[in-house]
Amino acid sequence: MEHTAMTVAAFAALGAGIAMIAGLGPGIGQGYAAGKGVEAVGRQPEARGPITLTMLLGQAVAETTGIYALVIAFILIGIVYRVL
Amino acid sequence: MERILEGPATFYIFGLLISETVINTWIVMALLIGFALIARRRLEMYPGKFQNFVELIIESITNLVTSTMGEERKGFAPYMGTLFLFLAVANMSGIIGLRPPTADINLTAALALLTFSAIHYYGLKKKGFGHIKGLAEPLFLFLPLNIIGELAKPVSLSMRLFGNIFGGAVIMAMIAGAVGIFVPVLPSLYFDLFAGVLQSFIFVMLTMVFITLALE
Repeated sequence: MEHTAMTVAAFAALGAGIAMIAGLGPGIGQGYAAGKGVEAVGRQPEARGPITLTMLLGQAVAETTGIYALVIAFILIGIVYRVL
Repeated sequence: MERILEGPATFYIFGLLISETVINTWIVMALLIGFALIARRRLEMYPGKFQNFVELIIESITNLVTSTMGEERKGFAPYMGTLFLFLAVANMSGIIGLRPPTADINLTAALALLTFSAIHYYGLKKKGFGHIKGLAEPLFLFLPLNIIGELAKPVSLSMRLFGNIFGGAVIMAMIAGAVGIFVPVLPSLYFDLFAGVLQSFIFVMLTMVFITLALE
């Protein structure tokens, strides 16, 4: 079977989709952090401001690995774009 | 359409490529410098509304720096303030129709390299050779792991900012392409305003924490 640029583009598109399975991790992690944050606010409602800020900080750092996967997906889609 | 991951190329000056990112950075710089020049006019002892607003910004940034890095490191506040204001305005420039300059891996990598240089400059200045020896703590076996960890800091900083802002810009473009009117307002509130300010805050916080760790 002869491999062309179309084969590369096909596999790149497939890879981009598979890469985004990594969106599972940050979803679970950030949701867990949000749960802990809500728990903390329930225990001490007057500290809602600092708790929210700290929770957002922790969630944004936890999102990093999902962003790595997103950048890989963008690079692969760029290959598809260039071929087509 | 080439160069979609970086800014699209526009023209050349003296052989250097001026991409759309560079032009948008100039616009952000013009906005910030214009704001600063207007804020300097007629400073009074009892501030009016505009001066009050500017003092609020300065005070909150200084408080953030002293609470994170300690009172004696107040000298870092100008750089952190500049970084935060530049990143906040640059991330939010999607609202005025620009392609955010931070949606270019070159810009975020440059800023992350600044952080990396600051970490190791202050570490070497404070601890001399002990800073390099610190990479072999607690066991000498940890040396490759610690080196990779140190390299991972600027990589993760730049990728986080780039991924969030570029991903937001892509999604906004898709929404605006599908439904052009009224509907893009709500996602734009999230992607441009909220995520923009949050990501700039995260970048500055992590920079401060890394420098504080290097100075200890």
